[in-house]
Amino acid sequence: MLTPELNCSFLGMNLTNPLVLASGILGTSPSLMERMALSGAAAITSKSCGPEARAGHPNPVTVAWDCGVLNAIGLTNLGARAEVPLLRETKQRLAALGVPLFASIFAPRLEDYGEVARIIAEAEPDLIEVNISCPNVASEFGTPFSASAEGAAAVTRTVRKAVSLPISIKLAPNVPEISRIAQAVVAEGADAITAINTMPAMLIDAIAAKPVLSNRTGGLSGPALKPIALRCVYELAQAVSVPIIGTGGVSSGIDAAEVLIAGATLVGIGSAVIRDGPSVFARICTELTTFMSVNGYAQLADLRGRALP
Amino acid sequence: MNQAGLFTAYRIQEKRLENAQTCSLLLDGSLPDALPGQFVMAWLPGIDERPFSLSENDPIRITVADVGSFSHALNQLQPGDHLWLRGPLGKGFMPRGHSHLLIGGGYGAAPLSFLAKSLCAQGDQVGVCLGARSCADLLFVGEFESLDCQVWLATEDGSAGKQGLLTALLPEVLNALKPETIYACGPIGMLLAIAALARTAGLPAQLSFESVMRCGVGLCGSCELPEETCQQLGLTPGFLVCHDGPVGEISTNHSK
Repeated sequence: MLTPELNCSFLGMNLTNPLVLASGILGTSPSLMERMALSGAAAITSKSCGPEARAGHPNPVTVAWDCGVLNAIGLTNLGARAEVPLLRETKQRLAALGVPLFASIFAPRLEDYGEVARIIAEAEPDLIEVNISCPNVASEFGTPFSASAEGAAAVTRTVRKAVSLPISIKLAPNVPEISRIAQAVVAEGADAITAINTMPAMLIDAIAAKPVLSNRTGGLSGPALKPIALRCVYELAQAVSVPIIGTGGVSSGIDAAEVLIAGATLVGIGSAVIRDGPSVFARICTELTTFMSVNGYAQLADLRGRALP
Repeated sequence: MNQAGLFTAYRIQEKRLENAQTCSLLLDGSLPDALPGQFVMAWLPGIDERPFSLSENDPIRITVADVGSFSHALNQLQPGDHLWLRGPLGKGFMPRGHSHLLIGGGYGAAPLSFLAKSLCAQGDQVGVCLGARSCADLLFVGEFESLDCQVWLATEDGSAGKQGLLTALLPEVLNALKPETIYACGPIGMLLAIAALARTAGLPAQLSFESVMRCGVGLCGSCELPEETCQQLGLTPGFLVCHDGPVGEISTNHSK
Protein backbone atom coordinates (compact mmCIF):
# COMPACT_ATOMS: atom_id res chain seq x y z
CA MET A 1 0.00 0.00 0.00
CA LEU A 2 1.22 3.45 -0.97
CA THR A 3 2.15 5.84 1.85
CA PRO A 4 1.39 9.28 0.45
CA GLU A 5 3.31 12.39 1.45
CA LEU A 6 1.27 15.37 2.62
CA ASN A 7 4.18 17.78 2.92
CA CYS A 8 4.28 20.61 0.47
CA SER A 9 6.09 23.78 -0.39
CA PHE A 10 4.38 27.16 -0.57
CA LEU A 11 6.29 30.33 -1.52
CA GLY A 12 9.47 28.72 -0.26
CA MET A 13 7.94 27.61 3.04
CA ASN A 14 7.85 23.92 3.85
CA LEU A 15 4.57 22.76 5.32
CA THR A 16 3.87 19.36 6.84
CA ASN A 17 0.44 19.22 5.20
CA PRO A 18 -1.69 21.51 3.01
CA LEU A 19 -4.14 22.63 5.72
CA VAL A 20 -4.21 26.27 6.81
CA LEU A 21 -6.36 27.70 9.57
CA ALA A 22 -8.47 30.27 7.70
CA SER A 23 -8.65 33.82 8.94
CA GLY A 24 -11.46 34.76 11.28
CA ILE A 25 -11.54 31.33 12.91
CA LEU A 26 -10.03 31.27 16.40
CA GLY A 27 -6.99 33.26 15.25
CA THR A 28 -7.47 35.71 18.10
CA SER A 29 -4.71 34.92 20.60
CA PRO A 30 -1.25 33.33 20.77
CA SER A 31 -2.60 30.49 22.91
CA LEU A 32 -5.44 29.64 20.52
CA MET A 33 -3.25 29.83 17.42
CA GLU A 34 -0.63 27.66 19.11
CA ARG A 35 -3.37 25.19 20.02
CA MET A 36 -4.48 25.02 16.35
CA ALA A 37 -0.88 24.42 15.25
CA LEU A 38 -0.44 21.70 17.87
CA SER A 39 -3.67 20.17 16.56
CA GLY A 40 -2.26 19.78 13.06
CA ALA A 41 -2.81 23.03 11.15
CA ALA A 42 0.31 23.39 8.97
CA ALA A 43 -0.07 27.17 8.75
CA ILE A 44 -2.11 29.61 10.79
CA THR A 45 -3.91 32.72 9.61
CA SER A 46 -4.61 35.23 12.34
CA LYS A 47 -7.92 37.08 12.58
CA SER A 48 -7.97 40.18 10.38
CA CYS A 49 -6.76 43.31 12.05
CA GLY A 50 -7.23 46.87 10.90
CA PRO A 51 -6.02 50.37 11.74
CA GLU A 52 -8.14 50.76 14.86
CA ALA A 53 -9.78 48.62 17.53
CA ARG A 54 -13.26 47.39 16.63
CA ALA A 55 -15.75 45.70 18.96
CA GLY A 56 -17.57 44.10 16.03
CA HIS A 57 -21.30 43.69 15.61
CA PRO A 58 -23.73 42.99 18.47
CA ASN A 59 -25.18 39.47 18.90
CA PRO A 60 -26.45 37.42 17.17
CA VAL A 61 -23.27 37.20 15.09
CA THR A 62 -23.33 33.53 14.08
CA VAL A 63 -25.68 30.69 13.38
CA ALA A 64 -24.47 27.26 12.34
CA TRP A 65 -26.71 24.55 10.96
CA ASP A 66 -26.36 21.51 8.71
CA CYS A 67 -25.96 23.50 5.47
CA GLY A 68 -23.34 25.87 6.71
CA VAL A 69 -22.54 28.81 8.90
CA LEU A 70 -23.74 32.38 8.57
CA ASN A 71 -21.66 34.93 10.42
CA ALA A 72 -21.19 38.65 10.74
CA ILE A 73 -18.70 39.08 13.57
CA GLY A 74 -17.78 42.50 12.22
CA LEU A 75 -13.97 42.45 12.14
CA THR A 76 -13.50 42.46 15.90
CA ASN A 77 -9.84 43.28 16.59
CA LEU A 78 -7.58 45.30 18.86
CA GLY A 79 -6.12 47.49 16.14
CA ALA A 80 -2.81 46.90 14.36
CA ARG A 81 -0.58 48.57 16.99
CA ALA A 82 -1.98 46.45 19.81
CA GLU A 83 -1.92 43.29 17.68
CA VAL A 84 1.82 43.51 16.93
CA PRO A 85 3.07 42.15 20.29
CA LEU A 86 0.45 39.38 20.19
CA LEU A 87 1.39 38.42 16.65
CA ARG A 88 5.08 38.58 17.53
CA GLU A 89 4.50 36.16 20.38
CA THR A 90 2.35 33.96 18.15
CA LYS A 91 5.09 33.93 15.53
CA GLN A 92 7.62 32.79 18.16
CA ARG A 93 5.39 30.00 19.41
CA LEU A 94 4.53 28.84 15.89
CA ALA A 95 8.13 29.04 14.68
CA ALA A 96 9.08 26.60 17.44
CA LEU A 97 6.59 24.19 15.85
CA GLY A 98 7.75 24.87 12.30
CA VAL A 99 4.37 26.39 11.45
CA PRO A 100 4.25 29.65 9.46
CA LEU A 101 2.05 32.56 10.51
CA PHE A 102 -0.09 34.35 7.96
CA ALA A 103 -1.29 37.70 9.32
CA SER A 104 -4.59 38.91 7.90
CA ILE A 105 -5.18 42.64 7.56
CA PHE A 106 -8.08 44.84 6.47
CA ALA A 107 -8.71 48.55 6.23
CA PRO A 108 -11.70 50.76 5.62
CA ARG A 109 -9.85 53.04 3.21
CA LEU A 110 -7.31 52.35 0.49
CA GLU A 111 -4.59 54.51 2.06
CA ASP A 112 -4.89 52.68 5.40
CA TYR A 113 -3.92 49.32 3.90
CA GLY A 114 -0.29 50.34 3.48
CA GLU A 115 -0.06 51.65 7.02
CA VAL A 116 -1.66 48.55 8.57
CA ALA A 117 0.64 46.31 6.50
CA ARG A 118 3.71 48.28 7.61
CA ILE A 119 2.71 48.03 11.28
CA ILE A 120 1.89 44.32 11.11
CA ALA A 121 5.16 43.60 9.26
CA GLU A 122 6.93 44.52 12.53
CA ALA A 123 5.65 41.22 13.94
CA GLU A 124 7.46 39.44 11.09
CA PRO A 125 4.69 37.14 9.94
CA ASP A 126 5.60 34.75 7.14
CA LEU A 127 2.93 36.23 4.88
CA ILE A 128 0.40 39.03 4.97
CA GLU A 129 -3.06 38.04 3.80
CA VAL A 130 -4.90 41.08 2.55
CA ASN A 131 -8.61 40.86 3.28
CA ILE A 132 -10.35 43.05 0.72
CA SER A 133 -13.52 41.02 0.74
CA CYS A 134 -15.20 41.03 4.16
CA PRO A 135 -18.91 40.99 3.28
CA ASN A 136 -20.07 42.29 6.64
CA VAL A 137 -18.90 45.89 6.85
CA ALA A 138 -20.30 47.41 3.66
CA SER A 139 -22.58 49.72 5.66
CA GLU A 140 -19.49 51.25 7.27
CA PHE A 141 -16.76 50.77 4.66
CA GLY A 142 -18.72 50.89 1.39
CA THR A 143 -18.36 48.39 -1.43
CA PRO A 144 -15.48 45.97 -0.75
CA PHE A 145 -12.30 46.48 -2.82
CA SER A 146 -12.75 42.90 -4.03
CA ALA A 147 -15.72 44.00 -6.14
CA SER A 148 -13.60 45.35 -8.98
CA ALA A 149 -10.27 44.60 -10.60
CA GLU A 150 -9.33 48.28 -10.20
CA GLY A 151 -10.10 48.36 -6.46
CA ALA A 152 -8.34 45.07 -5.80
CA ALA A 153 -5.30 46.16 -7.82
CA ALA A 154 -5.09 49.49 -6.01
CA VAL A 155 -5.00 47.79 -2.58
CA THR A 156 -2.39 45.31 -3.79
CA ARG A 157 -0.22 48.15 -5.12
CA THR A 158 -0.46 49.98 -1.79
CA VAL A 159 0.45 46.92 0.28
CA ARG A 160 3.17 45.84 -2.15
CA LYS A 161 4.80 49.25 -1.81
CA ALA A 162 4.57 49.12 1.97
CA VAL A 163 6.10 45.71 2.69
CA SER A 164 8.52 43.24 1.19
CA LEU A 165 6.89 40.20 2.87
CA PRO A 166 4.95 37.78 0.67
CA ILE A 167 1.34 38.90 0.25
CA SER A 168 -1.79 36.96 -0.61
CA ILE A 169 -4.97 38.76 -1.63
CA LYS A 170 -8.22 37.28 -0.34
CA LEU A 171 -10.91 37.48 -3.01
CA ALA A 172 -14.68 37.46 -2.87
CA PRO A 173 -16.85 34.90 -4.68
CA ASN A 174 -19.68 37.30 -5.56
CA VAL A 175 -18.14 38.88 -8.65
CA PRO A 176 -18.81 38.20 -12.30
CA GLU A 177 -15.18 37.50 -13.24
CA ILE A 178 -12.94 36.48 -10.37
CA SER A 179 -10.16 35.59 -12.80
CA ARG A 180 -9.86 39.13 -14.10
CA ILE A 181 -9.57 40.43 -10.53
CA ALA A 182 -6.92 37.83 -9.72
CA GLN A 183 -4.91 38.75 -12.80
CA ALA A 184 -5.06 42.42 -11.79
CA VAL A 185 -3.70 41.75 -8.29
CA VAL A 186 -1.00 39.42 -9.57
CA ALA A 187 0.06 42.12 -12.02
CA GLU A 188 0.50 44.43 -9.00
CA GLY A 189 2.77 41.95 -7.25
CA ALA A 190 0.55 39.60 -5.25
CA ASP A 191 2.50 36.44 -4.41
CA ALA A 192 -0.57 34.29 -3.85
CA ILE A 193 -4.37 34.33 -3.96
CA THR A 194 -6.65 33.25 -1.13
CA ALA A 195 -9.99 32.20 -2.55
CA ILE A 196 -12.59 32.62 -1.33
CA ASN A 197 -14.12 34.76 1.39
CA THR A 198 -17.64 33.95 2.57
CA MET A 199 -20.68 34.52 0.33
CA PRO A 200 -23.01 37.36 1.33
CA ALA A 201 -26.25 35.81 2.54
CA MET A 202 -29.15 36.21 4.92
CA LEU A 203 -31.31 34.14 7.22
CA ILE A 204 -34.71 35.39 8.28
CA ASP A 205 -36.65 34.13 11.27
CA ALA A 206 -40.22 33.86 10.04
CA ILE A 207 -41.81 34.20 13.46
CA ALA A 208 -39.73 37.23 14.39
CA ALA A 209 -40.15 38.53 10.81
CA LYS A 210 -36.58 39.82 11.10
CA PRO A 211 -33.13 38.89 9.80
CA VAL A 212 -31.42 36.61 12.31
CA LEU A 213 -28.06 38.40 12.45
CA SER A 214 -27.86 41.84 14.04
CA ASN A 215 -25.96 42.98 10.93
CA ARG A 216 -28.94 41.65 8.93
CA THR A 217 -26.65 40.05 6.32
CA GLY A 218 -23.65 37.82 6.92
CA GLY A 219 -21.12 35.65 5.16
CA LEU A 220 -22.10 32.09 4.32
CA SER A 221 -19.45 29.41 4.82
CA GLY A 222 -19.40 25.67 5.42
CA PRO A 223 -20.79 22.93 3.16
CA ALA A 224 -23.02 25.31 1.16
CA LEU A 225 -19.94 27.31 0.09
CA LYS A 226 -17.83 24.43 -1.22
CA PRO A 227 -19.19 24.24 -4.79
CA ILE A 228 -18.73 27.99 -5.12
CA ALA A 229 -15.17 27.77 -3.83
CA LEU A 230 -14.38 24.89 -6.19
CA ARG A 231 -15.61 26.88 -9.18
CA CYS A 232 -13.54 29.91 -8.18
CA VAL A 233 -10.34 27.94 -7.52
CA TYR A 234 -10.80 26.06 -10.80
CA GLU A 235 -11.09 29.33 -12.75
CA LEU A 236 -8.24 31.02 -10.88
CA ALA A 237 -5.87 28.12 -11.40
CA GLN A 238 -6.26 28.62 -15.15
CA ALA A 239 -5.94 32.40 -14.99
CA VAL A 240 -2.89 32.98 -12.76
CA SER A 241 0.33 31.14 -12.06
CA VAL A 242 0.73 32.14 -8.38
CA PRO A 243 -0.24 29.56 -5.75
CA ILE A 244 -3.81 29.52 -4.47
CA ILE A 245 -5.00 28.99 -0.91
CA GLY A 246 -8.33 27.32 -1.65
CA THR A 247 -10.79 28.06 1.14
CA GLY A 248 -14.50 27.37 1.36
CA GLY A 249 -16.56 24.61 2.89
CA VAL A 250 -13.85 21.99 3.28
CA SER A 251 -14.83 19.62 6.07
CA SER A 252 -13.36 16.26 5.01
CA GLY A 253 -10.28 14.79 3.39
CA ILE A 254 -12.24 14.25 0.17
CA ASP A 255 -13.28 17.93 0.22
CA ALA A 256 -9.62 18.89 0.63
CA ALA A 257 -8.66 16.61 -2.27
CA GLU A 258 -11.31 18.27 -4.43
CA VAL A 259 -9.93 21.75 -3.73
CA LEU A 260 -6.41 20.55 -4.59
CA ILE A 261 -7.71 18.85 -7.75
CA ALA A 262 -9.34 22.17 -8.68
CA GLY A 263 -5.87 23.71 -8.61
CA ALA A 264 -5.17 24.96 -5.08
CA THR A 265 -1.76 24.55 -3.42
CA LEU A 266 -3.04 24.93 0.14
CA VAL A 267 -6.47 24.32 1.65
CA GLY A 268 -8.06 26.70 4.14
CA ILE A 269 -10.08 25.22 7.00
CA GLY A 270 -12.62 27.43 8.73
CA SER A 271 -16.18 26.50 9.62
CA ALA A 272 -15.32 22.80 9.86
CA VAL A 273 -13.73 23.62 13.21
CA ILE A 274 -17.29 23.83 14.60
CA ARG A 275 -18.02 20.13 14.31
CA ASP A 276 -14.79 18.68 15.64
CA GLY A 277 -13.01 21.55 17.31
CA PRO A 278 -9.25 21.72 16.75
CA SER A 279 -9.02 17.97 16.07
CA VAL A 280 -10.54 18.65 12.65
CA PHE A 281 -7.04 19.09 11.21
CA ALA A 282 -5.87 15.64 12.22
CA ARG A 283 -9.06 14.06 10.91
CA ILE A 284 -8.87 15.77 7.52
CA CYS A 285 -5.19 14.82 7.17
CA THR A 286 -5.97 11.19 7.92
CA GLU A 287 -8.83 11.17 5.46
CA LEU A 288 -6.74 12.87 2.78
CA THR A 289 -3.93 10.35 3.28
CA THR A 290 -6.40 7.48 2.95
CA PHE A 291 -7.92 8.99 -0.18
CA MET A 292 -4.50 9.43 -1.78
CA SER A 293 -3.38 5.97 -0.78
CA VAL A 294 -6.49 4.25 -2.13
CA ASN A 295 -6.38 6.22 -5.36
CA GLY A 296 -2.67 5.95 -6.02
CA TYR A 297 -1.49 9.49 -5.39
CA ALA A 298 1.99 9.57 -3.87
CA GLN A 299 2.18 13.30 -3.28
CA LEU A 300 0.04 16.42 -3.32
CA ALA A 301 1.62 17.60 -6.56
CA ASP A 302 0.02 14.63 -8.31
CA LEU A 303 -3.42 15.85 -7.26
CA ARG A 304 -2.95 19.53 -7.88
CA GLY A 305 -5.00 20.88 -10.77
CA ARG A 306 -5.86 17.43 -12.06
CA ALA A 307 -9.35 18.56 -13.02
CA LEU A 308 -8.07 21.42 -15.12
CA PRO A 309 -8.57 21.16 -18.87
CA MET B 1 -24.56 20.66 13.31
CA ASN B 2 -28.15 20.33 12.22
CA GLN B 3 -31.34 22.36 12.30
CA ALA B 4 -30.77 22.71 16.03
CA GLY B 5 -28.14 25.29 15.20
CA LEU B 6 -30.87 27.65 14.04
CA PHE B 7 -33.15 29.54 16.39
CA THR B 8 -36.39 27.96 17.54
CA ALA B 9 -39.16 30.26 18.73
CA TYR B 10 -40.78 29.11 21.97
CA ARG B 11 -43.56 30.69 23.98
CA ILE B 12 -43.23 31.38 27.64
CA GLN B 13 -45.61 29.13 29.47
CA GLU B 14 -44.90 30.16 33.01
CA LYS B 15 -42.81 32.75 34.76
CA ARG B 16 -41.62 32.08 38.32
CA LEU B 17 -40.05 34.61 40.60
CA GLU B 18 -37.14 32.80 42.24
CA ASN B 19 -35.85 35.61 44.42
CA ALA B 20 -35.75 39.41 44.59
CA GLN B 21 -33.94 39.80 41.26
CA THR B 22 -34.23 36.43 39.55
CA CYS B 23 -36.98 34.78 37.57
CA SER B 24 -37.29 31.47 35.76
CA LEU B 25 -38.90 31.30 32.33
CA LEU B 26 -40.53 27.95 31.54
CA LEU B 27 -41.06 27.43 27.82
CA ASP B 28 -43.53 25.40 25.78
CA GLY B 29 -41.00 22.81 24.64
CA SER B 30 -38.31 20.43 25.82
CA LEU B 31 -34.72 19.62 24.87
CA PRO B 32 -34.67 15.90 25.67
CA ASP B 33 -31.04 15.43 24.60
CA ALA B 34 -29.68 18.34 26.62
CA LEU B 35 -27.25 17.54 29.42
CA PRO B 36 -27.04 19.43 32.70
CA GLY B 37 -24.38 22.12 32.29
CA GLN B 38 -25.07 22.72 28.60
CA PHE B 39 -26.28 26.13 27.53
CA VAL B 40 -28.53 27.81 25.01
CA MET B 41 -28.17 31.15 23.27
CA ALA B 42 -31.35 33.12 24.04
CA TRP B 43 -32.38 35.79 21.52
CA LEU B 44 -34.86 38.62 21.63
CA PRO B 45 -34.95 40.05 18.10
CA GLY B 46 -33.79 43.63 17.96
CA ILE B 47 -32.45 43.48 21.53
CA ASP B 48 -29.63 40.99 22.07
CA GLU B 49 -28.60 37.35 22.32
CA ARG B 50 -26.80 35.84 25.32
CA PRO B 51 -25.91 32.45 26.79
CA PHE B 52 -27.92 30.85 29.57
CA SER B 53 -27.44 27.47 31.12
CA LEU B 54 -30.50 25.28 31.27
CA SER B 55 -31.94 25.02 34.78
CA GLU B 56 -34.26 22.30 33.47
CA ASN B 57 -34.76 20.65 30.06
CA ASP B 58 -38.33 19.33 30.15
CA PRO B 59 -39.92 21.78 29.93
CA ILE B 60 -37.07 24.08 28.97
CA ARG B 61 -36.33 26.45 31.82
CA ILE B 62 -33.81 29.28 31.96
CA THR B 63 -33.20 31.25 35.12
CA VAL B 64 -32.34 34.89 34.69
CA ALA B 65 -30.94 37.34 37.24
CA ASP B 66 -31.92 40.90 36.39
CA VAL B 67 -28.39 42.30 36.21
CA GLY B 68 -28.12 44.00 32.80
CA SER B 69 -30.18 45.40 29.98
CA PHE B 70 -30.78 42.06 28.24
CA SER B 71 -31.55 40.14 31.42
CA HIS B 72 -33.85 43.01 32.36
CA ALA B 73 -35.68 42.61 29.03
CA LEU B 74 -36.00 38.87 29.72
CA ASN B 75 -37.38 39.63 33.17
CA GLN B 76 -40.10 41.76 31.57
CA LEU B 77 -41.39 38.87 29.42
CA GLN B 78 -44.79 37.46 30.27
CA PRO B 79 -46.49 34.11 29.60
CA GLY B 80 -47.43 33.92 25.92
CA ASP B 81 -44.45 36.00 24.78
CA HIS B 82 -41.92 34.49 22.39
CA LEU B 83 -38.33 33.66 23.26
CA TRP B 84 -35.88 32.30 20.67
CA LEU B 85 -33.20 29.75 21.54
CA ARG B 86 -30.41 27.95 19.72
CA GLY B 87 -28.81 24.96 21.37
CA PRO B 88 -28.20 23.00 23.48
CA LEU B 89 -24.55 23.97 23.04
CA GLY B 90 -21.25 23.07 24.67
CA LYS B 91 -20.21 20.27 26.99
CA GLY B 92 -22.18 19.53 30.12
CA PHE B 93 -21.40 17.77 33.39
CA MET B 94 -20.35 14.14 33.19
CA PRO B 95 -21.32 12.56 36.49
CA ARG B 96 -18.78 10.20 38.04
CA GLY B 97 -19.50 7.92 40.98
CA HIS B 98 -22.66 7.88 43.08
CA SER B 99 -21.99 10.52 45.72
CA HIS B 100 -21.86 14.06 44.41
CA LEU B 101 -21.24 17.51 45.82
CA LEU B 102 -22.78 20.40 43.90
CA ILE B 103 -21.54 23.90 44.69
CA GLY B 104 -23.32 27.00 43.42
CA GLY B 105 -22.27 30.60 43.93
CA GLY B 106 -25.11 33.09 43.33
CA TYR B 107 -27.02 32.30 40.17
CA GLY B 108 -24.45 29.54 39.53
CA ALA B 109 -27.09 27.39 41.23
CA ALA B 110 -29.10 27.42 37.97
CA PRO B 111 -27.45 24.55 36.05
CA LEU B 112 -27.00 22.61 39.29
CA SER B 113 -30.74 22.23 39.79
CA PHE B 114 -30.96 20.39 36.46
CA LEU B 115 -27.93 18.29 37.47
CA ALA B 116 -29.32 17.50 40.93
CA LYS B 117 -32.61 16.39 39.46
CA SER B 118 -30.96 13.95 37.05
CA LEU B 119 -28.60 12.59 39.74
CA CYS B 120 -31.40 12.15 42.26
CA ALA B 121 -33.51 10.41 39.61
CA GLN B 122 -30.87 7.66 39.42
CA GLY B 123 -30.84 7.29 43.19
CA ASP B 124 -27.44 8.89 43.84
CA GLN B 125 -26.45 10.76 46.98
CA VAL B 126 -26.38 14.50 46.32
CA GLY B 127 -25.14 17.27 48.59
CA VAL B 128 -25.53 20.91 47.63
CA CYS B 129 -23.66 23.97 48.89
CA LEU B 130 -25.15 27.31 47.98
CA GLY B 131 -23.65 30.71 48.63
CA ALA B 132 -24.83 34.25 48.02
CA ARG B 133 -24.49 37.77 49.36
CA SER B 134 -27.57 37.41 51.54
CA CYS B 135 -30.55 35.17 52.15
CA ALA B 136 -32.63 37.01 49.52
CA ASP B 137 -30.05 36.22 46.83
CA LEU B 138 -30.01 32.44 47.37
CA LEU B 139 -31.49 30.42 44.55
CA PHE B 140 -33.37 27.11 44.41
CA VAL B 141 -32.90 26.24 48.10
CA GLY B 142 -36.42 24.82 48.30
CA GLU B 143 -35.99 22.97 45.03
CA PHE B 144 -32.84 21.17 46.19
CA GLU B 145 -34.49 20.37 49.53
CA SER B 146 -37.54 18.92 47.83
CA LEU B 147 -35.24 16.63 45.84
CA ASP B 148 -33.96 15.35 49.22
CA CYS B 149 -30.49 16.75 48.65
CA GLN B 150 -28.54 17.59 51.77
CA VAL B 151 -28.20 21.39 51.59
CA TRP B 152 -25.58 23.68 53.17
CA LEU B 153 -25.83 27.46 52.94
CA ALA B 154 -23.42 30.34 53.32
CA THR B 155 -24.17 34.05 53.03
CA GLU B 156 -21.75 36.94 53.22
CA ASP B 157 -24.02 38.84 55.63
CA GLY B 158 -24.90 35.80 57.68
CA SER B 159 -28.65 36.12 56.97
CA ALA B 160 -28.83 32.43 56.11
CA GLY B 161 -26.52 29.51 56.89
CA LYS B 162 -22.92 30.14 57.78
CA GLN B 163 -21.60 33.70 57.56
CA GLY B 164 -18.84 34.13 55.01
CA LEU B 165 -17.76 32.69 51.71
CA LEU B 166 -19.05 29.41 50.46
CA THR B 167 -15.55 28.02 50.19
CA ALA B 168 -15.11 28.28 53.98
CA LEU B 169 -17.90 25.72 54.37
CA LEU B 170 -16.30 23.15 52.14
CA PRO B 171 -13.82 21.34 54.41
CA GLU B 172 -16.63 20.47 56.81
CA VAL B 173 -18.99 19.46 53.98
CA LEU B 174 -16.39 17.26 52.32
CA ASN B 175 -15.90 15.56 55.66
CA ALA B 176 -19.59 14.98 56.21
CA LEU B 177 -20.58 13.96 52.66
CA LYS B 178 -17.43 12.17 51.40
CA PRO B 179 -18.35 12.87 47.76
CA GLU B 180 -16.66 11.16 44.82
CA THR B 181 -16.92 14.17 42.52
CA ILE B 182 -17.39 17.92 42.90
CA TYR B 183 -19.44 20.02 40.45
CA ALA B 184 -19.37 23.79 40.71
CA CYS B 185 -20.73 26.86 38.99
CA GLY B 186 -20.12 30.43 40.04
CA PRO B 187 -17.65 33.32 39.84
CA ILE B 188 -14.14 32.49 38.65
CA GLY B 189 -12.56 33.28 42.03
CA MET B 190 -14.83 30.73 43.67
CA LEU B 191 -14.03 28.14 41.00
CA LEU B 192 -10.29 28.59 41.48
CA ALA B 193 -10.66 28.20 45.25
CA ILE B 194 -12.75 25.06 44.79
CA ALA B 195 -10.21 23.61 42.35
CA ALA B 196 -7.49 24.09 44.98
CA LEU B 197 -9.61 22.44 47.67
CA ALA B 198 -10.55 19.57 45.38
CA ARG B 199 -6.92 18.99 44.54
CA THR B 200 -5.98 18.91 48.21
CA ALA B 201 -8.81 16.47 48.85
CA GLY B 202 -7.79 14.37 45.83
CA LEU B 203 -11.23 14.74 44.25
CA PRO B 204 -12.07 15.33 40.57
CA ALA B 205 -13.90 18.61 40.03
CA GLN B 206 -16.10 19.69 37.15
CA LEU B 207 -16.27 23.46 36.92
CA SER B 208 -18.76 25.42 34.84
CA PHE B 209 -17.26 28.66 33.54
CA GLU B 210 -18.96 31.86 32.57
CA SER B 211 -17.66 33.99 29.72
CA VAL B 212 -18.59 36.62 27.18
CA MET B 213 -20.04 34.62 24.33
CA ARG B 214 -20.59 35.64 20.75
CA CYS B 215 -20.72 32.80 18.21
CA GLY B 216 -21.33 30.12 20.85
CA VAL B 217 -20.02 27.40 18.54
CA GLY B 218 -16.23 27.66 18.72
CA LEU B 219 -15.42 29.99 15.83
CA CYS B 220 -14.85 33.50 17.10
CA GLY B 221 -12.55 32.97 20.09
CA SER B 222 -14.36 35.52 22.29
CA CYS B 223 -14.88 33.12 25.18
CA GLU B 224 -11.31 31.81 25.51
CA LEU B 225 -10.28 31.44 29.16
CA PRO B 226 -7.15 33.43 30.02
CA GLU B 227 -4.02 31.33 29.58
CA GLU B 228 -3.04 31.82 33.26
CA THR B 229 -6.42 30.41 34.35
CA CYS B 230 -5.91 27.37 32.12
CA GLN B 231 -2.45 26.85 33.57
CA GLN B 232 -3.71 27.18 37.14
CA LEU B 233 -6.43 24.62 36.48
CA GLY B 234 -4.53 22.22 34.22
CA LEU B 235 -6.88 22.88 31.30
CA THR B 236 -5.76 22.92 27.65
CA PRO B 237 -4.40 26.40 26.90
CA GLY B 238 -6.86 28.09 24.55
CA PHE B 239 -9.84 26.55 26.38
CA LEU B 240 -13.03 27.78 24.71
CA VAL B 241 -15.91 28.07 27.13
CA CYS B 242 -18.48 27.50 24.36
CA HIS B 243 -16.80 24.49 22.75
CA ASP B 244 -14.53 22.85 25.34
CA GLY B 245 -16.87 23.91 28.16
CA PRO B 246 -18.81 25.44 29.73
CA VAL B 247 -17.90 22.53 31.99
CA GLY B 248 -14.20 21.76 32.30
CA GLU B 249 -12.93 18.83 34.33
CA ILE B 250 -10.02 19.28 36.67
CA SER B 251 -8.55 15.89 37.32
CA THR B 252 -6.52 15.21 40.42
CA ASN B 253 -3.62 14.15 38.23
CA HIS B 254 -2.79 17.69 37.22
CA SER B 255 0.03 18.89 39.38
CA LYS B 256 0.20 22.45 38.00
